[in-house]
Amino acid sequence: MTTLNIEHTSRWFGNVVAVNDVTMSIGPGVTGLLGPNGAGKSTLINMMGGFLAPSTGSVTLDGQRIWRNESVYRQIGIVPEREAMYDFLTGLEFVVANAELHGLGAKAARTALATVEMEYAQDRKIGTYSKGMRQRVKMASALVHDPSVLLLDEPFNGMDPRQRMQLMDLLRRMGATGRTVLFSSHILEEVEQLASHIEVIVAGRHAASGDFRKIRRLMTDRPHRYLVRSSDDRALAAALIADPSTAGIEVDVAEGALRVQAVDFGRFTELLPRVAREHSIRLFTVSPSDESLESVFSYLVAA
Amino acid sequence: MYNPTVARLTYRALLGRRRAALLFVLPGLLILLATAVRVLNGADDQIAADVLGGFALATMVPLIGVIAGTGAIGPEIDDGSIVYLLSKPVKRPTIIMTKLIVAISVTMMFSALPTFVAGFILNGNGQQLAISYTVAALVASIAYSALFLLFGTVSRHAVVIGLVYALVWETLFGSLVAGARTLSVQQWALAVAQKVGDGSMVTSDVGLTLAISLLVGVTVVATWYAGQKLRTLTLAGEE
Repeated sequence: MTTLNIEHTSRWFGNVVAVNDVTMSIGPGVTGLLGPNGAGKSTLINMMGGFLAPSTGSVTLDGQRIWRNESVYRQIGIVPEREAMYDFLTGLEFVVANAELHGLGAKAARTALATVEMEYAQDRKIGTYSKGMRQRVKMASALVHDPSVLLLDEPFNGMDPRQRMQLMDLLRRMGATGRTVLFSSHILEEVEQLASHIEVIVAGRHAASGDFRKIRRLMTDRPHRYLVRSSDDRALAAALIADPSTAGIEVDVAEGALRVQAVDFGRFTELLPRVAREHSIRLFTVSPSDESLESVFSYLVAA
Repeated sequence: MYNPTVARLTYRALLGRRRAALLFVLPGLLILLATAVRVLNGADDQIAADVLGGFALATMVPLIGVIAGTGAIGPEIDDGSIVYLLSKPVKRPTIIMTKLIVAISVTMMFSALPTFVAGFILNGNGQQLAISYTVAALVASIAYSALFLLFGTVSRHAVVIGLVYALVWETLFGSLVAGARTLSVQQWALAVAQKVGDGSMVTSDVGLTLAISLLVGVTVVATWYAGQKLRTLTLAGEE
């Protein structure tokens, strides 16, 4: 049982607050740290990895302080976001060096390389690797000492779908064997596919916490905005507003479209086609107008 | 206090990068200069002292020191790859000590050794000049490496700071303001060389005791402080 504890932790840079009074506890299994770019995910992961001191609050691993305590690295494996590695080494040399720094030998390095399926390219210089290959070698370097905690900062960035699936499988296996795996991402689908538990960070604040169903519900139960074009906008508007799932409709004359605000997402998606069919109205366009992740997040924070 | 893996990575980083070419160019230039002087002018103690003191010790040793000292850690901190060393249960002072040893050995190899060879080419170690300046280069290598390793640890502009110190402070100010010479690695090294040689052609403005105290003091304090800075090194994220 290895648990990362973050208690009332803030971190500011000058007068910019990157992480604002966050309290969370991350236990065994796969946890996703979800948030838009610039939300403070990397700052939080850097504090958990011991590369940044919290301005206030505490970040501990099973009660041990992480900052300025290199002994925690016996238990922590880190996959940084930055690309820079020792490009002049081969993959094998790099992972062997990482193993040696843990007091382990080439055997541990080979096992780690096999785990990430990089044996075929282990004798090539890292400088020649693709982004996905680099990511896997970074992963191997973090796994050499069989850590009980694995921290990954945006691990899926730049990976192709097949590499993404492989890494997801690997992380799932690690989570299933009782390790504490934490990864950050700004893509909801990634987090949903992989994480059994999700922590949402927005603008430095801890916005939500729970399993993916709970987070999904929070995200879908918010008011949705749609842009609708049809063969008879006004008739459609009149029919939609009669139903409680619709909170407001604007006839945008300039656009030649309706702007609909729905409060009950599930009911509205079922209502719209039914109403259109009953009134023999043809739908030309139905497009969500605020589906960007940022708008979802800003709703979560406001809630 | 020494980690062979850190040493191996540091050696390969130092000698494998493009700026390592400079490590070969400067000593090559010195040997070439020494050979040309000897061939065109014959053996002359005064010219030998001028070349060894003016070019080898005053210019080449600090430049090699800047390349090796800052290069042993600066690029890793700049590009963030130091995270692979820091995310290990290895004491920070051990990382600094190991990098210092590597920087010293590289600086000695590429500055003291060529100085020795050039000295023999110039006047066959007449008046003990080759030996004296080689000792000065060896001693200076230690202090320069420690100083520039510290610069590399605390600043992203370590190379510029190193060059300003080595060329502007030691060479320019040192030649204009006598007091600046007291705070000059070059003068401390010369004080040691003066003791080793017969003392007539190699001279220093600093007394031997003071020179040795300052050499040891600067090396120890710079190394200790670099270790402390590495313990609290903050890796800024992408955001």
